[in-house]
Amino acid sequence: MSPILLLELALLVPVFTALGVVVTGAWPNLRETVSTVGTLLTLLFVALLVPGVMAGEVIRLPLLEVMPGLELAFELEPLGMVYALVAAGLWIPTSIYAIGYLRGHHEQNQTRFFACFALAISAALGIAFSANLLTLFLFYEVLTFSTYPLVTHHGTPKARRAGRIYLGILVFTSVCLLLFGIIWTWHLTGTVEFVRGGILGDVDPTFLPWLLALFAFGTGKAALMPFHRWLPNAMVAPTPVSALLHAVAVVKAGVFTVLKVIVYVFGIETLASTGASDWLMAVAAFTILASSIVALGLDNLKARLAYSTIGQLGYIVLAGAFATSVGVIAGGTHIMGHAMGKITLFFVAGAVYVAAHKTEVSDMRGIGRQMPFTFLAFFCGSLAIIGVPPFGPFMVKPGLFMAIAQSNPVYFLVYVLSTLLAIGYLLPVVVTAFLDPKPEDHDGHHHDHHDDHGPSVGPWGWSMALELKHPLVVIPPVLTAIGTVVLFFYGHAVAELLAPIVRPL
Amino acid sequence: MSGGETGLNLLQHAPVMQVVIPLVAAPICVLLRHPLLVRVFAVGVAWLCLADAAVLVAYAADATGEHLAGVANPSPLPWLYELGGWEPPVGISLNIDLASAYVCLIVATIASVVMPFGLGQGALTVPQERWHLFYAAFLLCMSGLFGITVTGDAFNVFVFLEVTSLSSYTLISLGRGRQALRAAFSYLIMGTIGGTFILLGIGLAYQATGTLNMADLARLIPTVESRGVQAGFAFIFVGAAIKLAVFPLHQWLPNAYTYAPSVISAFLAATATKVSYYLLVRMIFGVFGGVLVFGVWKAHLVLLPLSLAAMFVGSLAAIYQTDIKRLLAYSSIAQIGYMTLGLSMGNLRGLTGGLVHLFNHALMKGGLFLVVACVVYRLGSQQLEDMRGIGRRMPLTSAALVVGGLSLIGVPGTVGFISKWYLVLGALDQGWVVVAGAILLSSLLAVAYVWKIFEVFFFGEPAADCPAREVSWTMLVPTWLLIGGCVFFGLNTDLSAGLATHAAAQLLGVSP
Repeated sequence: MSPILLLELALLVPVFTALGVVVTGAWPNLRETVSTVGTLLTLLFVALLVPGVMAGEVIRLPLLEVMPGLELAFELEPLGMVYALVAAGLWIPTSIYAIGYLRGHHEQNQTRFFACFALAISAALGIAFSANLLTLFLFYEVLTFSTYPLVTHHGTPKARRAGRIYLGILVFTSVCLLLFGIIWTWHLTGTVEFVRGGILGDVDPTFLPWLLALFAFGTGKAALMPFHRWLPNAMVAPTPVSALLHAVAVVKAGVFTVLKVIVYVFGIETLASTGASDWLMAVAAFTILASSIVALGLDNLKARLAYSTIGQLGYIVLAGAFATSVGVIAGGTHIMGHAMGKITLFFVAGAVYVAAHKTEVSDMRGIGRQMPFTFLAFFCGSLAIIGVPPFGPFMVKPGLFMAIAQSNPVYFLVYVLSTLLAIGYLLPVVVTAFLDPKPEDHDGHHHDHHDDHGPSVGPWGWSMALELKHPLVVIPPVLTAIGTVVLFFYGHAVAELLAPIVRPL
Repeated sequence: MSGGETGLNLLQHAPVMQVVIPLVAAPICVLLRHPLLVRVFAVGVAWLCLADAAVLVAYAADATGEHLAGVANPSPLPWLYELGGWEPPVGISLNIDLASAYVCLIVATIASVVMPFGLGQGALTVPQERWHLFYAAFLLCMSGLFGITVTGDAFNVFVFLEVTSLSSYTLISLGRGRQALRAAFSYLIMGTIGGTFILLGIGLAYQATGTLNMADLARLIPTVESRGVQAGFAFIFVGAAIKLAVFPLHQWLPNAYTYAPSVISAFLAATATKVSYYLLVRMIFGVFGGVLVFGVWKAHLVLLPLSLAAMFVGSLAAIYQTDIKRLLAYSSIAQIGYMTLGLSMGNLRGLTGGLVHLFNHALMKGGLFLVVACVVYRLGSQQLEDMRGIGRRMPLTSAALVVGGLSLIGVPGTVGFISKWYLVLGALDQGWVVVAGAILLSSLLAVAYVWKIFEVFFFGEPAADCPAREVSWTMLVPTWLLIGGCVFFGLNTDLSAGLATHAAAQLLGVSP
């Protein structure tokens, strides 16, 4: 198949999946078959595009000219390819997980859920493949609006409030700042195309920090402080949404946009020579530290993971802000590494909720002995986030380290501190789950009474009964945990894929 | 092209036909009397008007050597049609350029979509025995709107303005309840004041120049002593501002749109203010001249702050409304602010933004009022709190609401985005960075009031006795035609922004 056709298919399959889900909504089994087949086909088509990108082919799909000189168009390039692979690849385990989660939890409006989910993925792919800022902005907004019904899925006043904050911040930043930046770019240069080396090279350098601010803060999905509050609020959504969207598709759309703008609109040479991104390093560093400290103090597991996500996004922005080739590649690779690790952690948080109805870390004492595989997966995911081999892409942390070494020693301190903080907020969860004694409290009795008549309790109170009861929410985190190990060995391939984007012209 | 001699060719008379067709059809409606017959006839007339408007657009584009989205330079000469073959200053001439053809197209499009809405059903709140009067007034109103748009004679403007006003009072007063009468009355008072101001202004201009023909006025005004002319412009400006509901002269509008029959709200919201905007634009660029108005008299120093105030005050007021039609009416005041803002920039991209927003806002507000018409038809209430959970009961109508609402916000892929794009560029061209920011900031207020409706429609639990169910296709098709237009023209702007760009270039006398 020609690359253009593959590209069309990759973009259209999720849309048709959404339609198929709506049509088959009355038959849940059929609906979920459609959804799962859709996920598999999407990844297939996305993966088949990789060889062309690696070979450096120009694969461009113009759609239509909206205004003179302004067209909607798609064009493949390595950074977008990485993001597309992440979004499409992790859609598969999430889709399976969502089936288990929604059924285990007897959620309402499952058809709407799966349809919006598929739409969100098509928007994510649209962002990944967009050839210019206009196309990117269009799909960026589609992603915002298609995920809103997912965030407010429960329809409760709390969900509605969270939805307002979600929309409020994302729409405010995108319309007032990002769109302003885009129109300003068009006004200054007469183009909004993504060009390697950037399009702002000839612009008065005093504008550049301001423009970069419009883009960096305008991409609210990157959750740069002070525009991060939507992310913890969005955790009110069902966990599959938090997992895929707020650890992978949505937030990665944000940092992807920031990296893409740095590489293809500003150009790293321009940024490096003008120092226009120096301030961004400071903001990103502050975001990393502040969010990590907040995460330390949170007892709700999803909220803790949310703040951890904010910090990890900060890493990617920081890596981009260094405006060096090493930094950009490390940031791009971290998109994939963090996605794999963080989705594992969210899967576990949801699995505990479905199987044992627990949300707070302090209630999870001893639960690891009842859900050993789940928490083993959590352990792997945590190590991947912290950056311990052999979990997560091997290149990332050393890459970041090198980028930092080329820059200011202050950021080295930030790096060390934040790593320690990550250990501080992630590993205690594992310790609590495995090592702390199970409390003989009301909750436990209630649970035993409810669920089973004497589970097969092994030595030291180990058991797999809970996990066997809910296989669909346990298998996906185990798979993605294995994925973090696989990434360790194949991380260099991602870095190689990304290398051309920073190769000097 | 001034076509007296070749009188047999109907197309040569398209400019005057635009006015004459609905004008003649109005009394025929009264004669026909039979309600259904009248409706079908009126629909046919509206479609005929659309065809005529299409001819005008084709001519105007052709006269400038343009294919619609081409790039060749426009000739500054509009198509002058001399009524009855009498040359000005004795006769009245009609003036068809891109701007007037474009506005005719908007009015005719909206009329042809709104007219068949709910055909044969009781979608109108008007009793059947009065349909023939209702449609006669409707067609008269159209005729007046077309007249204002095509005429090249300043006094003629006033005549058509009164035709429009009187017929729209009738239409508004046909709404439910006594409040409709009061709304129509206050519209009557404000409209008359506005019309009188315009007449006074035209009188002063006539006193200074001795002509009523717009082209002659434009030629003579720069040559005469400017005091009287300046006063004349001030009168016309205020009069048109009242008609256009520029903040703070907007007080008549919310009541009028709230209490008029929903179909009329849709029609007037999408057309009446647009034609008033056109009148203001024509008076500025076609009579007094942009150099005089903006360069010497600095009219933008008044228009710019008022536009900004309208954008924010209108949207803020909309957020606090509990009546959905009043909410949309306040939103219209804010949207009119965008249009006048574009005008106040006085540059190509700003004026293009203002003009393209005429078209875009007509589509979205017309569509949204039709959505409301569907809902009100089922519920009998236009209070938001009665519409809880309608999203499930009327999915197709509610989906139209979502698209229209997103368009109002200016989400990319919808027409609202296109308007914003041009307006922000216009502001940047002018060096008004703060204004550019304000345009974008104000769209957040649109998010607030649009989301207020969405939450009611999709999160509320419907009342147990809620009678809502989906309306029939005769109401859905017109609604979705306008709402679908919001997306189509959000992605393909050859017609809308293409025409607006060239119309603005022609008005400003620059190349697009």
